[in-house]
Amino acid sequence: MHKKMAFSFPDEVLEHVFSFIQSDKDRNAVSMVCKSWYEIERWCRRKVFVGNCYAVSPRMVIRRFPEFRSIELKGKPHFADFNLVPDGWGGYVFPWIAEMAGAYPWLEEIRLKRMVVTDESLELIAKSFKNFKVLVLSSCEGFSTDGLAAIAASCKNLKELDLRDCEVDDLSAHWLSHFPETYTSLVSLNISCLGSDEASFSALERLVRRCTNLKTLRLNRAVPLDKIANILRHAPQLVEFGTGTYTADVRPDVYSDLAGVLSSCKELKSLSGFWDVIPDYLPAIYPVCSKLTSLNLSYATIQSPDLIKLVSHCPNLQRLLVLDYIEDSGLEVLASSCKDLQELRVFPSDPFGAEPNVSLTEQGLVAVSLGCPKLQSVLYFCRRMSNEALVTIARSRPNFTRFRLCIIEPKTADYLTLEPLDVGFGAIVQYCKDLRRLSLSGLLTDRVFEYIGTYAKKLEMLSVAFAGDSDLGLHHVLSGCESLRKLEIRDCPFGDKALLANAAKLETMRSLWISSCAVSFAACKLLGQKMPRLNVEVIDERGPPDSRPENCPVDKLYIYRSIAGPRFDMPPFVWTMDEDSGLRLS
Amino acid sequence: MEGCVATELRLGLPGTDNVRNKKRPLQEADEECGANGKSDAQDETAPPAKAQIVGWPPIRSYRKNNIQAKKNDCEGPGIYIKVSMDGAPYLRKIDLKVYSGYPDLLQALENMFKFTIGKYSEREGYKGSDYAPTYEDKDGDWMLVGDDPWKMFITSCKRLRIMKGSEARGLGCDV
Repeated sequence: MHKKMAFSFPDEVLEHVFSFIQSDKDRNAVSMVCKSWYEIERWCRRKVFVGNCYAVSPRMVIRRFPEFRSIELKGKPHFADFNLVPDGWGGYVFPWIAEMAGAYPWLEEIRLKRMVVTDESLELIAKSFKNFKVLVLSSCEGFSTDGLAAIAASCKNLKELDLRDCEVDDLSAHWLSHFPETYTSLVSLNISCLGSDEASFSALERLVRRCTNLKTLRLNRAVPLDKIANILRHAPQLVEFGTGTYTADVRPDVYSDLAGVLSSCKELKSLSGFWDVIPDYLPAIYPVCSKLTSLNLSYATIQSPDLIKLVSHCPNLQRLLVLDYIEDSGLEVLASSCKDLQELRVFPSDPFGAEPNVSLTEQGLVAVSLGCPKLQSVLYFCRRMSNEALVTIARSRPNFTRFRLCIIEPKTADYLTLEPLDVGFGAIVQYCKDLRRLSLSGLLTDRVFEYIGTYAKKLEMLSVAFAGDSDLGLHHVLSGCESLRKLEIRDCPFGDKALLANAAKLETMRSLWISSCAVSFAACKLLGQKMPRLNVEVIDERGPPDSRPENCPVDKLYIYRSIAGPRFDMPPFVWTMDEDSGLRLS
Repeated sequence: MEGCVATELRLGLPGTDNVRNKKRPLQEADEECGANGKSDAQDETAPPAKAQIVGWPPIRSYRKNNIQAKKNDCEGPGIYIKVSMDGAPYLRKIDLKVYSGYPDLLQALENMFKFTIGKYSEREGYKGSDYAPTYEDKDGDWMLVGDDPWKMFITSCKRLRIMKGSEARGLGCDV
């Protein structure tokens, strides 16, 4: 028996070494090396990430990591973004805030995604954490401007307040005035989601004027164009700026004011906003375009010629969000002008129209894939696709890490050959060896899933809709995709067989969402009984699943691994399948 | 050949005169709505609208709301007014609702009547050309286009007149 090589480093040294390790994955790996490393690591972990708020309880987290300063929590499944998760499903942050408020007052950062945040929670945060610095609420809901007022009034050291894509009850714009006159530490403010028509411009102006460290400011639509100049005048140090509504009667004085103020913002790298754009005011931003790395024009309903002019001024663009008004011709210009482009998102201007309203096809995506050597992330809405185009894209851009394609009409075949798009997507997973995220669309058979299971070894998240022929499709994915963490499926003919055969796989994943498919209630019960470390939740607004025959498919199913056991905050239309489910439901 | 009319195949209910008042919105209108004349086609020959699938296409609500708002602006009754140009043989009709603002409207008028409007300024009206766009408001007064906020203008404008020559030059400069 070899003598164990004792680590002669004192704990403090190891702690210091660990302090350079920031990523959760690495931290988790470190904690698994041995018991003493686990102990040292848990005492010095400062940032905790919980990808599913129901996978673990607040108490468990606090017990293991007694001194964290920053927490990130995610609640609802991703499909909640598209209204597939009924209201009241869950994802409440209050229990977490309550536990943390009690445990220790030195929490500094809270980042939440898709959670329900009440004014009560915000008030508790404001009251409990004296050194609170960062609040990022992404796609959250349940709170009003009253809660924001509490944060503004109490958090003297607040640096970041970011409400991206939240649904806020906009009671009054005056919450901004609750920041005391002595408060100057704001570095980042994103209120782009707020709607109030009457905005407190003077309070906003004063806030911007006294917060000289402000680097990010994203305004909401209510801020008119002629007010922007006054706000920007006091913040020439801004790095990221989001306008409000970008339309006004064309007046030369307003224009020159705006252009002048914008050109004095020498650090500006990111622009967004641009609601209701009229082309006349666009040239005002040309002076800053050469430095821009990020441009969000996804609300700008301007046509291709204006978009082309704008994009041609931005040679250093790395990230572009735009509506499909850009058309294939605009994307060709993008491909030749923006060689540093890494991320492109093209949104549909008329998603529910029966006919295409713009000339944007697969050609635009091909052009960008061919022309932009650093392109790695794409979200593309279009109306037609071909295997040929997908193969070209895959071959020319093997560095894709995120590829999300949405062909608007479900089950659309290859428009050239009328075949399914299996081969095209197969090429994507075969050539793009580092692909981490994939969203499928169009006409797809079980074949595409065979390709995915065979090649997509680094794939972590897969979104599937209206695809496949049988359980074999689901089986290919669950048995082949080694790195799969999140799988979301809707309207596919997948049923019990594949799910039950791959039950163990589900414990290696964060979650599985499967709705409007063919999974029976009986299979859900079986899965719940056999897999105690999975929460198998049936969501069915039609009524209790046992009021229908057992072999009836359930409406929606959300399965996730958890060490916290079944949750108790479920609404009446959610049932957890576990060992006792047979007893409870009868 | 008189009998042919009676048996002629046509669209429309029997007894009607097959009057299809094809409203041809201006090019600008189509671009504004992103419809490219689609609205006409849908009225006449498109299949019934498909039932929308929940959550498809996968777009966030706040993006949908942005698009909807734009579309709603295009629907509803238009504000049709007559446009006359000094020296032109006949008048034209336009729908004020399809324009996003003065620049848009003036561009459309320039295209329609093949002329150039000068540069607008509060002090001097339209400088640099022989033309001045004017309108008759609710009170019956003739006003220079551009002084009022756009939304106010489209609700009070009853008709447009593009004045030419000395009359035009006099309008903006009078004390």
